[in-house]
Amino acid sequence: MQYTAVIGLEVHVQLKTESKMFTRVAYRYGDEPNTLTDAVVMGLPGVLPVLNLEAIRKSIQVGLLFGSRIPDVCKWDRKHYFYPDMPKNYQITQYDQPICVGGQVEIELEGASRNVMGEHKTIELTRAHLEEDVGKLTHTGGDSLVDYNRAGAPLLEIVTEPVIYTADEAFAFLTSLKLHLLYAGLADCDMEKGGLRCDANISIRPQGSTTLGTKVELKNLNSISGVRNGIEYEIKRQIRAVENGEMIVQQTRRWDAEKGVTTLMRTKEYAHDYRYFPDPDLMPVRISEEWRQELLAKLPEKPFDKQRRFISQYDLPYTLTSVLYPLPELCDFFEAAVKEHANPKLIANLVANDLLRELSNAGLTPKKSRITPAMLAGLVRLVDDGSISKQIAQDVLIEMFASGETADVIVDRKGLKQTSDTGELEAIILAVLADNPKPVEQYKAGNEKAINALKGPVMKATKGKANPNVVDELMKKLINR
Amino acid sequence: MSSSIISKTAVELSDGLRVGTFTATEIAQAFIARVEAVEQDVRAFISYSAEDLLQQAKASDARRAKGRSLGVFDGIPVAIKDVLAEKGKRLTCGSKMLEHFVAPYDATAIAKLREAGVLLWGRLNMDEFAMGSSTENSAYQRTCNPWDLERIPGGSSGGSAACIASAEAPISLGTDTGGSIRQPAALCGVVGMKPTYGLVSRYGLVAFASSLDQIGPFSQTVEDGAMLLQLIAGQDPLDSTSFKTKIPDYRAELSRDSGPWKLGIPKEYFGEGLSDDVRRSVENAIAFYKTRGCEIVDVSLPHTDLAVPVYYIIAPAEASSNLARYDGVRYTHRSGDAKDIQQLYLKSRAEGFGAEVKRRIILGSYVLSSGYYDAYYVRAQKVRTLIRNDFMDTFKTVDALITPTTPTPAFKAGERTSDPLAMYLCDVFTISANLAGLAAMNVPCGFSAEGLPIGFQLIGKPFEESRMLAIAHAFDKEHRYGTRRPKLGKD
Repeated sequence: MQYTAVIGLEVHVQLKTESKMFTRVAYRYGDEPNTLTDAVVMGLPGVLPVLNLEAIRKSIQVGLLFGSRIPDVCKWDRKHYFYPDMPKNYQITQYDQPICVGGQVEIELEGASRNVMGEHKTIELTRAHLEEDVGKLTHTGGDSLVDYNRAGAPLLEIVTEPVIYTADEAFAFLTSLKLHLLYAGLADCDMEKGGLRCDANISIRPQGSTTLGTKVELKNLNSISGVRNGIEYEIKRQIRAVENGEMIVQQTRRWDAEKGVTTLMRTKEYAHDYRYFPDPDLMPVRISEEWRQELLAKLPEKPFDKQRRFISQYDLPYTLTSVLYPLPELCDFFEAAVKEHANPKLIANLVANDLLRELSNAGLTPKKSRITPAMLAGLVRLVDDGSISKQIAQDVLIEMFASGETADVIVDRKGLKQTSDTGELEAIILAVLADNPKPVEQYKAGNEKAINALKGPVMKATKGKANPNVVDELMKKLINR
Repeated sequence: MSSSIISKTAVELSDGLRVGTFTATEIAQAFIARVEAVEQDVRAFISYSAEDLLQQAKASDARRAKGRSLGVFDGIPVAIKDVLAEKGKRLTCGSKMLEHFVAPYDATAIAKLREAGVLLWGRLNMDEFAMGSSTENSAYQRTCNPWDLERIPGGSSGGSAACIASAEAPISLGTDTGGSIRQPAALCGVVGMKPTYGLVSRYGLVAFASSLDQIGPFSQTVEDGAMLLQLIAGQDPLDSTSFKTKIPDYRAELSRDSGPWKLGIPKEYFGEGLSDDVRRSVENAIAFYKTRGCEIVDVSLPHTDLAVPVYYIIAPAEASSNLARYDGVRYTHRSGDAKDIQQLYLKSRAEGFGAEVKRRIILGSYVLSSGYYDAYYVRAQKVRTLIRNDFMDTFKTVDALITPTTPTPAFKAGERTSDPLAMYLCDVFTISANLAGLAAMNVPCGFSAEGLPIGFQLIGKPFEESRMLAIAHAFDKEHRYGTRRPKLGKD
């Protein structure tokens, strides 16, 4: 029998805010343990939570980005369990009235090759609710150490419907989710720093069946490839188990990335009764249509929309757009340059290949680059008016990146202007023809491509400054003479 | 000098300081001497520091000498229930659990007192985590009713009430979740007021039941209480449940609003179980208002009998959650012989909490459990709305309600400790005002045949403290029962 998997994801995203969810203390990753705390974070007797408005704003924007419904009212609940990572032994969260309901995330699956757009799908969201993060435990020998720096950081839990069917889809979902959030500046989504964490609910069923199997919750998927590998393994494990006549029992398992296996954490009997009830310290939040519209207006264009627009508006090939669209700053750079000089293809090429290479080598963002969009447009203008070749343009770009000078200055100083002087070129070409009788013969015999072998030496002799069109024309004339 | 100082009201002390009859240091010395003389009998304080009080008094005198007095309360001692965070002071909440916990911050109410130049005077005894009606649940000591040391002072703010009756402090702060200010005030014969929920910031008040807790003043007179309320009322950005409302000049309103008022007498508060002494005294007070031209009308609050059961679902539910943080991990009592985290939790909590606190945590955990939540907690919240609606309907026709504060005068220590239900019924008249979020207060109105204090309760509209206080003041300025003091020690 063939089996298929059904997967639902629960993704925890740390929102990008100055301070924690319910107090003024800042949250950052990597500080000395227990330095980002105060009386509220530590749950000292008598303290009260105060809402972080920025976290509310950003959560609403996450919802609006994915087309979720933002209900008029959301409220706060306490979720209880005893564990030292939670100073109050309850977590403030949203139980039955979350801030975002429904929504979809568009994903792109891998295409047949990197030059071909893959299939696009939408993954339905169930909800997203806002809560406070917990601290971090480190177990050392007989002791356990607690760091409350992370405790109280604003955390948005995004839950999908069980509509993901393969590990690749889960991978594509997380990649897209992360990109959307980065685009809108709502979260950093750095999985290594715990900025994005993912649990997966996985079940299998016979192919064609429409009922859901018993689910297994998979935890500790702490990288995007970990999500893919963990889910892949767990699906295979479940199929193997069922084929061996075993029953899948509801349980929580842990992905061990080092060993590449999932191991049992706990079965359902140990499920908590969280004793949820509305937090009496916090008032429900009312969200007006005006506020929603105001926050919606501040959202940027969505990644795949931008990619589609680049293809249709600028007639760019898919491959170029797939390099550009995950890098919104670089997209902005590209579009600003195109506004200055309308050659989108060449600009996109230089931006996606040469500029991007220089930026990543230097570890800079486009905004920090010494090349401005106007300067890049100036460079392309020199190509388009025949002053320099595309090859020279690539070299000039490197020079511009290093010195911050304009293309004109560099081209002038280095004397890089193309030669279209037929007298000078004629002498060089004749010399090349004399030195290479074989390709000349081949060309004369009707092999038109043979002429290309002759152009290289000409370019070399002119240090790349010969205008390729002039060389082509002149060479044909001289051979046929 | 000192015996005359301790008998003065806060207003009288304030006037004396202003005209220079005495200094803040002399006031401090007088109260220190008083505590040293009678505290062994009353045991109102969990801790106090004479040295600390004198230091504050000196600073106050120095300010005044430079003409930089911080106002009418500068130099006046205010004693504090040991449930309000005072920076650098132990904050025990009457519990072993917090025996060694020192607050690293000030409650908003305490910060406001400091800004007004108040002398913070000791930490008052209370039922553990404010759970109780007799102060017998304190892990530290039993506070005695100054009018009869065999009897309880009421609770949970027993220390706050007793220290006024014993003249160990001129004025004090307590907290009220189901009657914890009004009931001890009635049993000790002093004025005690629970403001409307949301009028006073709860920041720094160690939570028992967050949706019910409020801080309020204890005093000898209504006028003193109005003055202290003035200091602590107002919205606080640190408490999201504090309410944005204009704070009037409460003391000025006392004489401006002179009635006559329309006063409701809810029949449900005058039924079985009300002692004859209490009934007679309260009826006398009602008669007083009638003679002053007030219209007295009989009203009904039909859901009154549901208040106690609803309270004992909601308050323990919130308490079970609020007290979860006392777990042996960070600042609380930690059991010495725990071998793993589970044992650390169980043993620390078993050793740190007293019986009544455990009873309420169990009760609260039960009503919040999955499968029971809807039947108990959700239903209780619905009934709570009905109780509030009863009051709001009645307030369409009356300015305030008059009821007894307690069914009986103070009972003997130990009398009800083995019967939790009997203890819970002490608050039968006071609980509704918390559930409905109303303003309410105790006004002393006489004594029983045995010489025990009796008070009546005024219940006012939300955020209309000024009217409630004016009504109370009309009676109080002519009777001043709260200024009477029992004989104690060598008196």
